Amino acid sequence: MSLHNLMQWMADTKWSVGLHESRYAYSIIESVHVWTLCLFVGFAVLLDLRLLGVTLKRVPVSQIVTRLLPWTKASFVVMVISGVLLFYAIPLRTYHNVFFRAKAVLLLLAALNAWLFHDGRVYQGLAEWDSAPATPRGAKLAGAFSLALWVAIVFSGRMIAYNWFDCESPQKSAFMDTIAGCDRTNQEVP
Amino acid sequence: MLLPYFQAIENGAIGATIRDSLWLFPFVEAFHLVALAVIGGAVLLVDFRLLGLGLKRHPVAELAWDAQPWLLGSLIFMIASGVPLFMSEAIKCYYSFAFWVKMTSLALAIIFTFTIRRRVTLADDTRFSPAVYRAVGTISILLWSTVGWGGRWIGFS
Repeated sequence: MSLHNLMQWMADTKWSVGLHESRYAYSIIESVHVWTLCLFVGFAVLLDLRLLGVTLKRVPVSQIVTRLLPWTKASFVVMVISGVLLFYAIPLRTYHNVFFRAKAVLLLLAALNAWLFHDGRVYQGLAEWDSAPATPRGAKLAGAFSLALWVAIVFSGRMIAYNWFDCESPQKSAFMDTIAGCDRTNQEVP
Repeated sequence: MLLPYFQAIENGAIGATIRDSLWLFPFVEAFHLVALAVIGGAVLLVDFRLLGLGLKRHPVAELAWDAQPWLLGSLIFMIASGVPLFMSEAIKCYYSFAFWVKMTSLALAIIFTFTIRRRVTLADDTRFSPAVYRAVGTISILLWSTVGWGGRWIGFS
């Protein structure tokens, strides 16, 4: 079974249809997703800005990691659950949405960036620069990458709502169709 | 009473330009959302501290001082991006309950943040009791959350 067919099957499940057609459930889940964005991305951005050495300079980096990161992790769980539900309500269209695909890739890159930084030499030697207002170049790089990635993730997340490049919309370019994974063979040309 | 003004705003050049463009509204809206994350972080960092969560080993005033430029900067960015969004659909906003909820709570949130909350957070840690801290933190989170939810629900109506 291809992923497309899996999404088609998912879209036809009772709960997916129920969520999709609900009067309030979808809106409430989306509002939770947006509210949690403040906590999740908000705190992630604070850590990034500290790594860049531009704010909370008197707070040791380890303090932010131990005291704020648990909230980031908890809110990430809420983000994922609400995000999965939003996807589940409109699976097939979202699966073929170019902004959703971009967001998925960007999320992986953000995870990779966080993982590389956490396991990297700079962070392993945190004790040496923990309380210093100025941070090493490696920390600045990780912070800048993370910041850019989160801005791009929020951006692409918001854009999922738009259907410009959807398979059901008139073809914009072959390139976009490839990214969206559109199959237009059986489609009537309008 | 206000409807003619909203109509004039909607028919103005900025509103029309945004409406006529396929990309402009989503683009501005996405930046509005990025700034929301920043203002969320700046507000919640201090409010969490007031509630005894997060960076509780650091003085409230220190955190509030560091968060202030980000709070102010993102608020200005929010308003600068929010106003054109509003101008492109002023009449819809006029009839939207969520819009009025958002504007009322926004006014209250701004007043509260720059008067009472500012006074409490920038004072010495010994000046106010934990009960005052908790009250201020709770009110701030509730007010700003209402602004956010109201904003999201303008889009659902």
